[in-house]
Amino acid sequence: MSCGLPLNPMNLQSLHAALALPEIFIACMASAILLLGLFIKQKNRHIVCFWLSVFTLIAACVLIMADFSTRPAFAFNRLFVDDPLGDLLKTAICLLSAAIFVYSRQYNQQRNIFNNEYYVLGLFAVCGMMVMASANHLLTLYLGLELMSLCLYSMIAFFRDDKLAVEAAMKYFVLGALASSVLLYGMSLLYGLTGSFELAVISSAVAGMDQDNSALALAVVFIVVALAFKIGAVPFHMWIPDVYHGAATSTTGFISAAPKIAAFALVMRLLVGGLEDLHGLWQQMLIILALLSVGVGNIIAIAQNNLKRMLAYSTISHMGFFLFGIVGGTAAGYSAALFYILIYATMSCAAFGLILYLSSKDYESDQLSDLKGLGKRSPRIALLVLILMFSMAGVPPTAGFFAKMWVIQVLLDAGLEWVAVAAVVLAVIGAYYYLRIIKLVYFDAPIISRDANGGDSKIVLTFNILIIVAILPWIGTLITFCSQVIERFVY
Amino acid sequence: MENKLLSVLIWLPMVAGILVLATGDDQRAAIARKLALGFSAIIFLLSIPLYTRFDAGTAHMQFTEQHSWISAFNINYSIGVDGISMPLILLTTLLTVIVIIAGWRVITERVAQYMAAFLIMEGIMIGVFSALDAMLFYVLWEAMLIPMFLIIGIWGGPNRIYATIKFFLYTLLGSLLMLVALLYLYRASGGSFSILDYHALPLALEVQILIFLALFAAFAVKVPMFPVHTWLPDAHVEAPTGGSVILAAIMLKMGGYGFIRFSLPITPDASHELAWLMITLSLIAVVYIALVALVQQDMKKLIAYSSISHMGFVTLGLFIFNDQGAEGAMMQMISHGFISGALFLCVGVLYDRLHSRMIDTYGGIAGPMPVFAALFVLFAMANVGLPGTSGFVGEFLVILGSFQANPWFAILAALTLIFGAAYTLWMVKRVVYGKAANSEVAALDDINRREILMLGMLAALVLVVGIWPNPVLDVMHVSIDNLLQHTDISKCPVVCR
Repeated sequence: MSCGLPLNPMNLQSLHAALALPEIFIACMASAILLLGLFIKQKNRHIVCFWLSVFTLIAACVLIMADFSTRPAFAFNRLFVDDPLGDLLKTAICLLSAAIFVYSRQYNQQRNIFNNEYYVLGLFAVCGMMVMASANHLLTLYLGLELMSLCLYSMIAFFRDDKLAVEAAMKYFVLGALASSVLLYGMSLLYGLTGSFELAVISSAVAGMDQDNSALALAVVFIVVALAFKIGAVPFHMWIPDVYHGAATSTTGFISAAPKIAAFALVMRLLVGGLEDLHGLWQQMLIILALLSVGVGNIIAIAQNNLKRMLAYSTISHMGFFLFGIVGGTAAGYSAALFYILIYATMSCAAFGLILYLSSKDYESDQLSDLKGLGKRSPRIALLVLILMFSMAGVPPTAGFFAKMWVIQVLLDAGLEWVAVAAVVLAVIGAYYYLRIIKLVYFDAPIISRDANGGDSKIVLTFNILIIVAILPWIGTLITFCSQVIERFVY
Repeated sequence: MENKLLSVLIWLPMVAGILVLATGDDQRAAIARKLALGFSAIIFLLSIPLYTRFDAGTAHMQFTEQHSWISAFNINYSIGVDGISMPLILLTTLLTVIVIIAGWRVITERVAQYMAAFLIMEGIMIGVFSALDAMLFYVLWEAMLIPMFLIIGIWGGPNRIYATIKFFLYTLLGSLLMLVALLYLYRASGGSFSILDYHALPLALEVQILIFLALFAAFAVKVPMFPVHTWLPDAHVEAPTGGSVILAAIMLKMGGYGFIRFSLPITPDASHELAWLMITLSLIAVVYIALVALVQQDMKKLIAYSSISHMGFVTLGLFIFNDQGAEGAMMQMISHGFISGALFLCVGVLYDRLHSRMIDTYGGIAGPMPVFAALFVLFAMANVGLPGTSGFVGEFLVILGSFQANPWFAILAALTLIFGAAYTLWMVKRVVYGKAANSEVAALDDINRREILMLGMLAALVLVVGIWPNPVLDVMHVSIDNLLQHTDISKCPVVCR
């Protein structure tokens, strides 16, 4: 048996289960909160579960930070790896999810759509994402992915009185299940070819194989297609606009932040950890996927009137940009992709935080026209929108600019000058719809007199957005840190 | 403290801007105004040591400061000034005080944001003039667009949205090509973003020409040179007075400064090779745009076209490669900062009273507004280049320089003395002299003390620099000499000129 499943009698000592403490903690807490919800009065249930969940995520963060690894350590008979990349991604996943929980509380309470379920499902999804971030084995990877996806399906469908939400959930579920099966098929082909599910073993087995092997090529194609679906790269992006638009904004926010980090983990573990030697095979596919994503995403976003839908297309284009980093195929390229995804997930989280903040009972605030005159109504929130939009457009002096610049550098280093030029041109086209939001916010007269009343999430939201510019003096440190993390990953 | 001075000048305005912003809504507008004025005055006073402690005997960078910023790409927070950038920084700090005074009563909506935008922009502009790291320069260069975008878009005229988006996209596209050139230079220099390293970097002629053209896209749009000047009249007409002043007096200078700091020293051979193009475009701007100015009905548009025409002198002076030309270009930049700023303020004064910028609304304002009329005529004369005003020094030097290069250049350039006189004096005649055009004009109040203060400061500078330009010329002399010597040495690996 070389597939890496444990044979020796199980005891916690030999499993090194302590390495997975944050995941175990979150899973236990999620179950506890689920049960606890039954014993708390309806009136208090929401608020208690909310605080417990936020506490869980912060505590998990502390647990990860306290034991931040400097080199890989394996657990559960090499099913699970605890390395710097995993720890960094998990920290980001927990922090972003906690932020989204804070933004969503009032929205959910006003609509009375979730009680504790939102937080419980969210926590389980976080647990799945963390497992993905630490997977060292195709089965662990798949397990994490499915845990996350199943939670997301049900979170979307939870808004069950809303036709759009149900439609979105169905679409996502059917297509997601299809993509999962495609992924499984690719994995089974890999297993057949290499005899192992363990990524390191696959990696070394693949290195010695003939690259013209058509079965191998087929496996790579299946895996890339499945990844493209999960990331939402064009032409596998159809579900994204519907899901972003149809789901309750609190759910969309959740989907738009941490799962992007998990998607990065998926790509890194599978393509880079397992199949890096087939770089030549998947690079071609990724270039096309990435170019199409940046192009289609940015151009279709211009035509949107719904803010959530516009952000969906914006996500597609940002995911294309992140793929450009992976396309580079070097440590610098992966570092650029890591940096990009961290910055992007922060921005995306903040964008939905803003929509949630601006919404109120029976008012979704998800139309572009709802933003008109925000600069007059609430100048501070308008300033935050300004910073966020310029960062998303990649205009200096924001973190978004440095993220894009590094990716462009990677493309130039890889000798892909024309791809770089196309990426820049498409990014400028994308700048248009972000600018239009600033125009609505600052230059147009208000058509509604509502004031923003997101309540207590303001502090977190302000911090979330200001960090995009406040990080600038230390952005060099962050860039170096990303490079170090990746260097320790690409062993 | 000495070597932190520049950093203070860059960051204090931004901190001040954030403080002003924090005063909140218009109920506390008075505090916002006072705070903004106080800070801008302090910043101006702080910038004076830059001049008094400046060593005019060396072309080396002074007041330098360097910290590692993004070590992975060797990007540094590296700043310093020489005789070329130092006067421009003083111009920036002075004009910021003036625009804050100019917006004192006129801006009644979102006062704190208005004042803060100018303060933050001041910091960014000082940063652009003192950046010695190309990426730092680029980041600040782009960042500068954001406050200006808002100033035009929020406080501008009826067609402000069209104007501001045109302004933003035009300059953004130009800047992106500069970014491409900088990324190329980063590679070519073996991983450095230092502008001074680029100055010493040998480059083949073909490469130099491509880099020159990419940089040209960014700087020519900012100057603006013919034919990429079309954003300027729109932006100027729609911008509020303060926005027009900063745009004309400082932002346009960034284009000229970019040519001096980047194009000439980094691509000297391409600059010589393409000098014909630059000179032709400059002469078209000088002559053709002056003719366009002649037919304008809108005073702001007229001054905007006059700016383009005068900035043609700057690019002409730079690309004839002699001392008089380059020093004339610098003088022209500084003097144009005073004069165009003052003229826009004058139009602003009239606009605040009658809400019209059209020439035919006015007529005979000398009767009701004698003090204003006197100052307006003075600035108009300076715009024409009357000897004794600062406008004369720059234009005279450039014409002198171009005479050495080719008498035809000088003759064409000197035509503007005639056209410039024609459009400026004709406007003055129609606005200032004659009988009062209507009862509204006859009832105008003369300028108050606030307006006298802002226009008086500029009038004094126009006269002082016009009569005794040496204090300005002396500080820049060595730096310009050094620039020209550097530009004369070929950077090609094989002989190319």
